[in-house]
Amino acid sequence: MRLKSNKTVSRLTDNDVTDERTYLNRRQLLKSMGFVGAGALLSQSAQGIGWFDDDDENVFERRDLSFTQPDQFQINDTVTPEVKSTSYNNFYEFGTDKGDPAENAQDFTVDPWSLTIDGLVEKPITLSYDDLFKRFDLEERIYRLRCVEAWSMVIPWIGFELANILQQAKPLSRAKFVAFQTLYDPEQMPGQRSRFVGGGVDYPYVEGLRLDEAMHSLSILSVGMYGKTLPPQNGAPIRLVVPWKYGFKSIKSIVRITLTEQMPPTTWNRLAPQEYGFYANVNPKVDHPRWSQARERRITTGGLLARNRIETQMFNGYPEVAPLYSGMDLSRFY
Amino acid sequence: MQALSATPLRLSERRILILKWLLHGVSFSWVAYVFFTAVTDQVAGDPVDRLLHFTGMGALNLLLLSLAISPVAKRFRAANLIKLRRPTGLWAFSYALLHLATFVLFELQLEWALIGTEIIERPYITVGFSAFIILLLLAATSITAVRRRMGRRWQLLHNWVYVSAPLVVIHFYWSVKSDVVEPVVYGLLVLVLLYVRRERLRKIFRG
Ligand code: HEM
Repeated sequence: MRLKSNKTVSRLTDNDVTDERTYLNRRQLLKSMGFVGAGALLSQSAQGIGWFDDDDENVFERRDLSFTQPDQFQINDTVTPEVKSTSYNNFYEFGTDKGDPAENAQDFTVDPWSLTIDGLVEKPITLSYDDLFKRFDLEERIYRLRCVEAWSMVIPWIGFELANILQQAKPLSRAKFVAFQTLYDPEQMPGQRSRFVGGGVDYPYVEGLRLDEAMHSLSILSVGMYGKTLPPQNGAPIRLVVPWKYGFKSIKSIVRITLTEQMPPTTWNRLAPQEYGFYANVNPKVDHPRWSQARERRITTGGLLARNRIETQMFNGYPEVAPLYSGMDLSRFY
Repeated sequence: MQALSATPLRLSERRILILKWLLHGVSFSWVAYVFFTAVTDQVAGDPVDRLLHFTGMGALNLLLLSLAISPVAKRFRAANLIKLRRPTGLWAFSYALLHLATFVLFELQLEWALIGTEIIERPYITVGFSAFIILLLLAATSITAVRRRMGRRWQLLHNWVYVSAPLVVIHFYWSVKSDVVEPVVYGLLVLVLLYVRRERLRKIFRG
């Protein structure tokens, strides 16, 4: 098992990340030579809202997006305030404290970007930064996000169904799984430079879904939230959102999606296999070895005294995914 | 440990008093400020997480500070520094109490059935709770009158502080998801603090 997953890892890492990096370096060079106009810099600082204490720090520039709002995804749960969901993040590439990503990621470069869909497909696809927003119609979906740490939020994502792009790539019949990979760029991501910052995780961060899970209409690739493009701490420019699974499955800042025959390795499973499985479906009946998953604290408004402890729902309240797992013992395949 | 410096470092009563009030002032206002921001919804993200983290780290830091006082006092021959040991230990206990209160009141929100099972079933909580019970006993017997009444048994009880510190580090190590650097550093600090009093510990263990 161990050997097998290692093999997959090396295949995954042996990719065009280097191209990616020379690309980015070129942009940094341009920047340092002053070629990236003053306008870009000005508009960045104009958005400063004083949240990230230091005055001289840039705040990442976010654009308004245009999108539809299908009724079925406009749910009743109170939406988490944007200031909370964009300042309380797990993104170890930028540090392990919840506030680190918002603090350390503001200079993250997302344009140019390149997202490749390859592996067992007929037609590999590469999307540029602009393609991410133009290739598919965008829609807003308000989803519950349940973290494995027993807190949750409600977030208005903007994106498109993962199935749309997978279909365009035409999976071969041998393809059974979908592997995802976050950008590997230690120059931009301090957590990848030093294990003291990055929590001892083996980078790049990788995740995976079974192909039928990936094709489910609830699985989306998100390029925005709260009406605008994503901030880096939430996974700009493009991230996965799989609302019936624990948050760590919803991998951020994706550069590569690879269809595979074998179950791909996933980062938290590699770190602690007895605590985090491949499936990681939200399940109130299967506890994390170190804490109960029966309840969660819903983070919306209200401070410490808010009575925000609620029952965790099976599949995070998305029962329509249950058929994907019929006949499976979910306490074994956690 | 041998006194190494040639001249004793005499701290006047006034200096000691200033240090004491500094300890009280900083310990109180810091935790009061953090609770205030949490209650008034000024914490980025999850206030409960922030409080658990702040009170847990605060309790651990104060506990280690209290353990560092006597080696420092000996090293610099500043005998009356010892007067800071009891208030530091009591602040460590107070932070631990607030830590437990945060867990029970705000994390579990008074779901009593769960409180019992969490303490029994989650090893890292069991260990933290054991450390807390030790600190509770030490705090409860810290009053001078009680100390006199207990005689020799007081020292026997208070030797348990050397057990509580490693327990807290184990609790810390077990509570993190993957970022073990910090708990490991704290573990090394505890080892240093135990090492400098190895003679004493050897005597304790021989009985
Ligand atoms: C009374 C029983 C105790 C309970 C129920 C308890 C509970 C907890 C919980 C729930 C966490 C948070 C884990 C997380 O969310 O990551 C935690 C972390 C921690 N606790 Fe305790 N604890 C107890 C006793 C203690 C004591 C006595 C100390 C120190 C003197 C202590 C120090 C810490 C530290 C340093 C952390 C790590 C802080 C962090 O990384 O955020 N705990 N504890």
